[in-house]
Amino acid sequence: MNLMLYALIGLPTVAGVAALLLRGNLVRRCLLVVAALGHLGLTIAIWNQQVLPVESGQWLALDGPGKLFLGVMSLLFAASALYCFGYLERENLDLLAGRTDSTNESEQIFIGCLLFFEAAMTLVTMSQHFGLLWVAIEATTLASAPLIYFHRHNRSLEATWKYLLICSVGIALALMGVFLLAVAATGTTKGQEPIPLTVMDLISAAAAGKLDHSWLHIGFLFVLVGFGTKMGLAPMHNALPDADSEAPSAVGALLSGALLNCAFLGILRYYQVCAAAGEGAFCQQLFIIFGLLSMAVAGAFIIGQGDFRRLLAYSSIEHMGIICLAVGIGGPVDASLGFASSGIAASCGAFAAALHSVNHSLTKAALFLLSGNIRHFYNSRVAADVRGAVHSIPWTGGLWVACILAIVGVPPFGPFLSEFLVLKAALDQGQYFIAILYLLLLAVVFVGMTSVALSMAFGKPPEGEREATAPEPIWAVAPPAVLCLLVVALGLYLPEQLKTALVDAAAAWGVGK
Amino acid sequence: MMLELVLVFVMLTTLAVTGAGRLDTCIRLVGFQGAALGLLPVLLAMSGGEQGTLDTAAHTGWENAGWRVLLLALVGFVLKGLIFPGLLLHSLRAADVRHDVEPVIGFGTSLMAAVLILAGSFWLAANMKLPHEATSKLILPAALSTTLIGLLIIVIRRTAITQTVGYLVMENGIYIFGIAMASEQPFLVEMGVLLDVFVAVFVMGIIIFHISRDFDERADVDQLSELKD
Repeated sequence: MNLMLYALIGLPTVAGVAALLLRGNLVRRCLLVVAALGHLGLTIAIWNQQVLPVESGQWLALDGPGKLFLGVMSLLFAASALYCFGYLERENLDLLAGRTDSTNESEQIFIGCLLFFEAAMTLVTMSQHFGLLWVAIEATTLASAPLIYFHRHNRSLEATWKYLLICSVGIALALMGVFLLAVAATGTTKGQEPIPLTVMDLISAAAAGKLDHSWLHIGFLFVLVGFGTKMGLAPMHNALPDADSEAPSAVGALLSGALLNCAFLGILRYYQVCAAAGEGAFCQQLFIIFGLLSMAVAGAFIIGQGDFRRLLAYSSIEHMGIICLAVGIGGPVDASLGFASSGIAASCGAFAAALHSVNHSLTKAALFLLSGNIRHFYNSRVAADVRGAVHSIPWTGGLWVACILAIVGVPPFGPFLSEFLVLKAALDQGQYFIAILYLLLLAVVFVGMTSVALSMAFGKPPEGEREATAPEPIWAVAPPAVLCLLVVALGLYLPEQLKTALVDAAAAWGVGK
Repeated sequence: MMLELVLVFVMLTTLAVTGAGRLDTCIRLVGFQGAALGLLPVLLAMSGGEQGTLDTAAHTGWENAGWRVLLLALVGFVLKGLIFPGLLLHSLRAADVRHDVEPVIGFGTSLMAAVLILAGSFWLAANMKLPHEATSKLILPAALSTTLIGLLIIVIRRTAITQTVGYLVMENGIYIFGIAMASEQPFLVEMGVLLDVFVAVFVMGIIIFHISRDFDERADVDQLSELKD
């Protein structure tokens, strides 16, 4: 087991170094795809194993939540890598033909950083020590900054600077939170042995009442604000729409689909400790407030959004809000265990959060990849310039419609199921006011998203638009198509393995009030 | 005694950075501050021994902790005192600029704000209940004020270089807190944190270079205003 974990981190790291050293674009692109598929293969092998209980003092281990997010991340990375394979070639051709205003970064740096980015995210999912977790999350920021700057024009420069500075400051605050946790862990009694900052040790110490509660509280605030900056929780979301919309679409898919989850994982690990100390209700209230606020802010910016990439980014903020809200609602975990075996809907917010994070990641990644296709064909990022996508680029246009319907929560897609479970959890907990607010905000986003995005797909293509001379390339359509199929499948049927993983994750976060 | 001197020096340099108009002065000041902080692990280990505080020297004895503390001090000194300011001065030369743009609220007002934050930090620190007594009464106020004034600098300054300086000041404040209050942090983690900050400054330096090349040479981030809703 442990060897596999090292291999999962080592593979992309070594491949990243190799990408920096190797010559030849084709070699590097192949390396990227091979490393991504190898990572996915290892992840599948790990998914087939039972999750072992994390031992005390273990720094690297895969618990329920880590396993879930690792699986999603690895899958998205493989899809993005395949997309990049063709995308980089097309960018090169465009550059030679002078069709763009950008002077791209060298592929060497792009592919190298992409692989380091994957290694850093993998490390986040398996870090059990809070210090290591912090180092890994900061490393994701640093590895992804050059990726956002790929196009090297003024807009991407601006996005990169904002992302780098705002996220670094946010994560510095989270470091303060980790240190505050360390102070809390020096204990309530004098002369007590300091507790190592691993999740398991802290949980058992917290259950034994050995943590100082007031410092734990302040620490949680710092971690929530700090990692929340990275996760895109309003009102700390400012860097996210710029970064996600300016990055190349494959990178945008990873930022929105995988990285946001990783940042949330950092908050949730701290939450596990707080919950064990009996402070779960305090954290859950904050989760509910920040969740609803994120949904509201996202809704406000989605209405009338003219740039379809920013539309997707704000939708990510909304969905992070939903996941946050779901964890905040909570509820008994036993119910979701029943769900796993008998198929009866669960009333557990944490289970709904886990499921929704999977659904959102897959759908959003597909949407970002498709938005890259649309943007290339119409050579515009303004939604009003794009009309009749289902006619001019039928595959992309069709998938775009399907994924937009999925992300706003139309049945039979996966997000509908998980959004419904969140509502059910809220009602079961007697949180009627929250349930009403939640539905209202969902409706606002529904109207805002569909009115902009669906009018892109239908209607008459603009006059003088160049006809689709060549068929759409397979690399541009297949990865989002597979992700979209998975989203449909998740709405209809949950495979046993995924159910187990979701319940494992929910068991870690789900605490009744 | 040395410990208090270093902490006072840190607080004074923070104030000086807030009021400094020349960019190279800002960078040099934050370099001096970083170099002083490099001494902190050693000073803490020396003065913490008999008071039974949290630092490693107290727990495992000076002999075991010695190499660790010395190495941490050395790495901290070299990175914070030499390499970070060196990298920033290099970016500054590439951007070819001397003076900062006037801060959003003016130099006088920002100094006033910084002094208020400093006073507030002393008040806050006096009211915080620590699980254990800190080695020095100045540690908490120094850490708090440096962190908060660093944030202030990031918010009120308008060039990419001064914002990076603000980030370093803030990071220094958190470093004081971490070294003094949470010093049983494993060595590996401390090194990892320093490495991350190093890469951050490195990447920021590259971006500063690009901003100064693509926009005007002052690397004024007010010009980065194309992306908004």
